[in-house]
Amino acid sequence: MIKLTGDNIFKAIIAIIAASAAIILLLNTYVLVTGSANIFATSGFEFISGKNWDPGISSFGVLPYILGTLLTSGIALLVGVPLSLGIAIFIVEMAPKTVRVPFSYLVEMLAAVPSVIYGLWGLFVLRFWVLNYIEKPLNTYLGWIPIFSGTPTGLDILTAGLILAIMIIPTVASVSREVISAVPNSIREGAYGIGATKWEVIRHWVINYGRSGIFGAIILGLGRAIGETMAVTMVIGNATGPKAMPTSLFQPGQTLPSLIANGFFDSDTPLQSSAYIGAGLVLLLISLLINVAAHVMVTRVLKVKGGAVE
Amino acid sequence: MDNIKMQSVNLNAWFGTKQALKDINISIKTNAVTAIIGPSGCGKSTFIRTLNRMHELAPTAKMSGQILLDDQNIYDSTVDPVMLRRRVGMVFQKPNPFPTMSIYDNVAAGLKLTGVRKDKNLDEVVKRSLQQATLWDEVKDDLKKPGTSISGGQQQRLCIARAIALEPEVILMDEPTSALDPIASAKIEQLVVELKKNYTVAIVTHNMQQASRVSDYTAFMYLGSLIEFGATKDIFESPKNQLTERYITGEFG
Amino acid sequence: MRGIPAINLQFLTGDGLRYGIGPAIQGTLILIGLTSAIGIPIGIMTGVYLAEYGTNKYASWIRSINDILTGFPSIIVGITAYSLIVVGLTGTFSPIAGAVALAFIMIPIIARTTEESLKLVPNSVREASMALGIHRWRTIISVILPSAKSGLITGTILAVARIAGETAPIMLTILGNTYFFQGLGKAMDALPLRIFASSRSHLQVEQTQAWGAALVLILIVLALNIGVRLASRGRYKR
Repeated sequence: MIKLTGDNIFKAIIAIIAASAAIILLLNTYVLVTGSANIFATSGFEFISGKNWDPGISSFGVLPYILGTLLTSGIALLVGVPLSLGIAIFIVEMAPKTVRVPFSYLVEMLAAVPSVIYGLWGLFVLRFWVLNYIEKPLNTYLGWIPIFSGTPTGLDILTAGLILAIMIIPTVASVSREVISAVPNSIREGAYGIGATKWEVIRHWVINYGRSGIFGAIILGLGRAIGETMAVTMVIGNATGPKAMPTSLFQPGQTLPSLIANGFFDSDTPLQSSAYIGAGLVLLLISLLINVAAHVMVTRVLKVKGGAVE
Repeated sequence: MDNIKMQSVNLNAWFGTKQALKDINISIKTNAVTAIIGPSGCGKSTFIRTLNRMHELAPTAKMSGQILLDDQNIYDSTVDPVMLRRRVGMVFQKPNPFPTMSIYDNVAAGLKLTGVRKDKNLDEVVKRSLQQATLWDEVKDDLKKPGTSISGGQQQRLCIARAIALEPEVILMDEPTSALDPIASAKIEQLVVELKKNYTVAIVTHNMQQASRVSDYTAFMYLGSLIEFGATKDIFESPKNQLTERYITGEFG
Repeated sequence: MRGIPAINLQFLTGDGLRYGIGPAIQGTLILIGLTSAIGIPIGIMTGVYLAEYGTNKYASWIRSINDILTGFPSIIVGITAYSLIVVGLTGTFSPIAGAVALAFIMIPIIARTTEESLKLVPNSVREASMALGIHRWRTIISVILPSAKSGLITGTILAVARIAGETAPIMLTILGNTYFFQGLGKAMDALPLRIFASSRSHLQVEQTQAWGAALVLILIVLALNIGVRLASRGRYKR
C-alpha cells in the first residue's frame, strides 16, 4: 500500500523524469533501426561486407567506412595514449606545484575546445605540418611499404588519426591523472622502501595499481575517437566508392560519421537515406559495444575492489 | 505509571541479518533525563534512532516490537514518521547545522520548511529557542552569519536550538558532546539539565561521568541487550548486575 | 590566431551577405537558451533521483544508461532529432529540433554532475533535516540542492559550454543559413555550422570568416570554462 503523500508524489515524478535517459537511448535506437530497415531488407549482410558505395547503381556497402573508423581510431590510440599517460604521470608524479596547476588547467581547456575548431586548425595548419614533416619524408624513403605509398596530400587517414590523437589526449590524460593520484602513497613508499628508482616505482607499482582505471580511460578515449565527426570530416579527404577502402595511410579515406555528415542531405532515393541511417546504426552498435564493455569492466573492477576492502 | 513519556516494548532491530537490538524494554519518564550507556557497538545509538523512526532510513534496517509515545505505538501504520519527528526531536553526534543557512535560518528552518509557522512570530521563536539553548547572548549580533561560522560547541547548541524551535515533546541526543572539547561539553551538560524542565530528554553517551552528572535514569546496554535499567544513583552506586559493575568501574569499555 | 584580423563590428553583427557572423552568434545563443530550457531541468531532476533515491535496481539501470549516453556519437542524436522532428513532426529544419538534439547530449552530462555534487553533501545534513520532521521532498529542494549549489552551477555551465560547440547534431537539425533568426519553425545558423561551411569555401574571405567565427566560439567556450573555475576556486577558499 503506497499512500499518496507529498513525498511519494515527488519521488514518482522524478523517477519518471529519470527515465529520460532510457527514453533517449530507446528513441535513438528505434529511429536508427526503423530508418535502416529498408537498406537491410534490400542489401542484407552485403551492407556490412560490401566495399562499394555507389548511389548511381544503388549499391551500398559500409565496410570501407568501418575500417576507416577503426583505422583512424587506432592511430589515435597509438599516438594519443602514450602522450596522455606521459602527461598524467608528469602532472602527478614529477611536476612541481607551480607547474602542475596551470598545466592541468591547460589540459582541461583542450577538452573544452569544440571539435569543429580542431577541424579548422587541422584543415589549415596541421595538414601542412603532417604533409611536409611526416608524409613527404616517409613517402620518399619508405614509399615501397604499402601503407606509406601513394601521393601524400595531407588530407588523409593519417592526418585524421593524428587530430583524433590530439582530441583524445584531454580525456585520457585527465581520467588517468585522477586514477594515478588515487594510488595511495603507501604503495609508492613501500616501493621506494625496497630501493626502487622513481621510474621503476611509476612503471611497476603506480601504473600496475591503477591499470584498470587507466584502461577505462583509454576506452573512453576510444569512444570519443570513434564517434568524432566534424574534425575528421574536415581533414580526412572524404573518399567514396571503392577508393574509400583504406590501403595506405596517405590516401583520402572516410569514417562512418564523416560519411553521414558529408552525404546525409544528398540522398536522392529513400534507399540511399536508409543507407545513411544504416551507417548510423552500425556506428551506434560499435559505440555501444565499446561503452558497455568499458562500463561493465570498470564497475566489475570497482566491485571486486570494494569486496576486498571489506 | 502516568509519567512515562516513551516506552519500548520487546524491541528488536536488525541491520540486514545482524541483530542490533534484542528484546529491549525501556521506559523514558516525562521531564527527566534518561541516559543510555554502554561500550561501542552495544546498540545504544540504534536504540535512540528507533525512538523517532530514523533507524528505518538505513537501507537494510528492520525492526519488530513497539515504541509507545503517550501510549500510542509510533510504528502503527496510521502514524506518519515525518509528523512523529516533529514531536520527537534529535541532536546528533557531530554538530550539523545546515551549511548554506544563516544562524537565524537554521533555527527557523524547522518552522519554515514544515509549514507550521503560520500563527507564529518567527523572530520571537528564534530568539526564545536560542535563549533556551543558552546561545542567544553569544550570537544575537551575528544572526545573519552562516551557521557553520561559529565554534563547534556553539554549533551544537545551535542544533539544539533548531530542535527546540519546533517545540518537540521529547529531545533525543546521540552522544552530543563526543566531538567537543571539555569546556564546550560542560556547557551542553548544563543545558541538558535545564532542558528537562520543559522537555523529556534521552541521551546516549559513552562517558559514564556524563551520564551520572546529567541523568535521572540510566540504561546500560551490552551487545544489543539491555543489561540493567534504573535510577542513575542506583546504577552507579549499587549495580545489581556484575557486568554493569565491571563496566562502570572501567574494567572494560 | 588567424581570426583576429577578421573581427570588427560589421563582422560581428553583419548578416551573411556581408560575410558577417551576426546570424551565427544569434543562433548559437538561441540554441543555448532553448537547449538549457529543456536539458537543465530534466538533467537536474534525473541527477536528484539518482543521488537521493538511487539505491534500487531501476536507478542503477538508469545510471548505466546515462554513462553510456555520455559517450554517444553526437551525429547519431542528430539523425534521431532529424528523423523524429524535422521529418516526422514539423516538416522543417528548426531551432526546436536542434535544441532537442543538443538536449539529448546535455541531459546525461548534467544528470551525472548533479548526482556527483549531491553525493558530496554530507549525510548528516539529510539526517538533521529529516529529524526536524521536514518532508523529504522539502529537504531536497530547500536544504540539499542549496548546499550543492556551486557544484550544480559548475556542472551546468560546463554542459552549456560543451553543447555550444557541438556541430554534427545541429547540422542535421537547424541546417544553417545566412539570415538572422526567422522563427522557431525555420532553419537557423549557428557558429559551429558557420565555421564548418565557410572552411570548405575556396574564397579567401569566407575562410577568414571561418577563423573569425572560430575565435568568437572559442572565446565563448573558454570564458564559460575559465569563469566557472575561478568562481569555484573562490568558493573553496572560503
